[in-house]
Amino acid sequence: MNAAFTPAELEFQEEVRAFLAAEFPSEIRHKIARHVPLEKDDFVRWQKVLHRKGWAAPNWPVAFGGTGWTAAQKYIFAQEMAKAGAPEPVPFGMKMVAPVIITYGNDEQKQRFLPDILASNVWWCQGYSEPNAGSDLASLKTTAVREGNHYVVNGTKTWNTLGQYADWIFCLVRTDLTARKQEGISFLLIDMKSPGIKVSPIYLLDGTPEVNEVHFDNVRVPVENRIGEENQGWTYAKVLLTHERTNIAGVPRSKVRLEELKAGAAAAPDGQGGNLLQDPVFAHKIAETEIQILALEYAELRALAAVSVGKAPGPESSILKIVGTEAAQRIDELAMELAALQGLPFVPEQFEDGFDGELIGAEGAASTMLTYFNNRKQSIFGGSNEIQKNIISKAVLGL
Amino acid sequence: MDFSFSDEQQMLQESVQKFVHRHYAFDARRAILASAAGYSAEHWALFAELGWLTVPFSEADGGFGGLATDLMVLMEEFGKALVVEPFVAGVVLGGGLVSALGSPAQKEHLLPELMAGSLQLACALYEEQGRYNLASVATTAQVSGSHFLVNGTKVLVLNGPVADALLVSVRTAGSERDVEGISVVMIASNTPGIVRRDYTTVDGHRAAQIRFDNVQVPVSALLGQQGAALPALQQSVDRATLCVCAEAVGALDMLLHKTVEYSKTRQQFGAPIGSFQALQHRMADMFIECELARSIVMMAAMTLDADVPEAQKQRAVSAAKSRVGKAARKVGQEAVQLHGGIGMTDELDVSHYFKRVTAIDAMFGNADFHTARFARL
Repeated sequence: MNAAFTPAELEFQEEVRAFLAAEFPSEIRHKIARHVPLEKDDFVRWQKVLHRKGWAAPNWPVAFGGTGWTAAQKYIFAQEMAKAGAPEPVPFGMKMVAPVIITYGNDEQKQRFLPDILASNVWWCQGYSEPNAGSDLASLKTTAVREGNHYVVNGTKTWNTLGQYADWIFCLVRTDLTARKQEGISFLLIDMKSPGIKVSPIYLLDGTPEVNEVHFDNVRVPVENRIGEENQGWTYAKVLLTHERTNIAGVPRSKVRLEELKAGAAAAPDGQGGNLLQDPVFAHKIAETEIQILALEYAELRALAAVSVGKAPGPESSILKIVGTEAAQRIDELAMELAALQGLPFVPEQFEDGFDGELIGAEGAASTMLTYFNNRKQSIFGGSNEIQKNIISKAVLGL
Repeated sequence: MDFSFSDEQQMLQESVQKFVHRHYAFDARRAILASAAGYSAEHWALFAELGWLTVPFSEADGGFGGLATDLMVLMEEFGKALVVEPFVAGVVLGGGLVSALGSPAQKEHLLPELMAGSLQLACALYEEQGRYNLASVATTAQVSGSHFLVNGTKVLVLNGPVADALLVSVRTAGSERDVEGISVVMIASNTPGIVRRDYTTVDGHRAAQIRFDNVQVPVSALLGQQGAALPALQQSVDRATLCVCAEAVGALDMLLHKTVEYSKTRQQFGAPIGSFQALQHRMADMFIECELARSIVMMAAMTLDADVPEAQKQRAVSAAKSRVGKAARKVGQEAVQLHGGIGMTDELDVSHYFKRVTAIDAMFGNADFHTARFARL
């Protein structure tokens, strides 16, 4: 047993560090440091930089533009990206629809869609959940009725993250109303410019229109935009959900945030003449979180090692989703506790690009409670943590 | 032993219930939040007319009686409707300081106006370096002739943007965390040298960060004995703390109630999600938290009304705030989680209750602060 990096891996780590130091745009770095939300252009610009280097899609097969990295290299890359504060490419194209196209799409679809995803020319969003199909996704009701060479799509998709930017949406739609609920579903790629599509924002509790509802009113979709066989979409969707769990635990990001939390605590007066890192209760809470993340990190490394010797990622990856999101949410709680009264101001102007007024509280303090609110989504999305526990109960424990 | 409400308390409860039923629907509240002042002047006038603004004050001060148990009854109903009018910040805390420290002349000047709803007060007590420690006062007031010169910065001044006057804790002697040497001065909000940064809090209340730059205050603006204000500050903050705890009890009950109702109607996997045992147990845990929070807040209110040493009262309030903070975390998170995505949205009231109980945990000392204070006392 050996968890240490080889000399070659260490050399790779240096290469990644040098690349990030030289190429990660300083404007984006500055925005992230100031808690300014990134815009579409920022994501696109950064992914194009990665693409030029050939590093945009570490998890794709080499034939389509992947890196051919080992599991250890992917891990090193994710870690260095997080340390540099560099965001991962938006996942909807890169990590969600692309693997389905690669695995189940035909050659024409691969040539048509994959290069633009890799180069960040096209922005994708996800069309899975519906108002009445959340945890029970297979009960979805959006219909696609075949009319000649088209499907006519009707229905509503919801929780479309950043759908306001999207050029394309991948959807699960019902193509057979008579079949058992998992068996009448197809996987369609739909151009967001198609007539009959309406996007309406959903405002979240922190005031951001981060998600949307997408309404389909007799939207005509060419049959050639269907992935794989008709009525086999559920199988493809499940593959998407179990295969693309790379970095779902978010360990590199959580480790970085934990270090920021410690630095913040060391700089925060406790009101009694010391700082908060010297407060035994707060220090204990930080330590518990650090230990949790360490255990999670090794659970993830074990999963990566298993994949690297050819095993498919199993339902054990549900552990990574549950513990990873809970650890991230715990860090949110501690950051909010650290900010104390200064987490209460709602001052969005403070996080706008170019704001040069006086900050309320320490840098970032005023965002902590909002971040805590917003990140409650983590245990809900991507298959809620309750659904993950169902998977563990059934698929791992055989209950 | 008798845990039932008095006739007067029942009448108070019913009168608040009637008000919120008539005036405080979710959309009506939303309109109040979006208004310039952040609260409704008509509602405020009605509060005065109904006598609610007299509840925090003793009969000697011209009030309803000043019982913490009365305040608890009122605040729980406010919590159920997420009332944003600045009752705690202005009347309980501001009025409490005037009542505890003011001279007969000052009281006579201020309290009737406060109870009539024509005076808005705000208290500037907390400083960045002090975290939750009321004795950590770096804002100075130096005597200069017949005036004080006030310098320093106060954070999270609740009701600061609309207050006519500010009650400010200042250091008139000693060094930063000394318990002696702290005074309270009343400063008109339009006094030159006051630099206010107004904002809305994450839960929709109004507050300000306020800097005092050589603000000239007549010595007559001093409330109480110079340098000896800390006990009164702590006492007033404790009563305000009890109030937000009772408010949280009302809000937490709504989170539980709304979650249970939603679980009975939301269908997934061909059944209401409330029929799943895993979720039933979690709602049972939420119920337990709500009941414990309610119980400990009643304990604290009764202790404040009892003839017991001050330290025992402080201990009771800290116990309540600590436990309520814990309940706010647990019940708030579970309510959102069990609702799923819809619980994260601005359009559903659940997220607003969640934000309010989270904000309550952070103010007047969070759960950790009060657990430590409880242990110390």
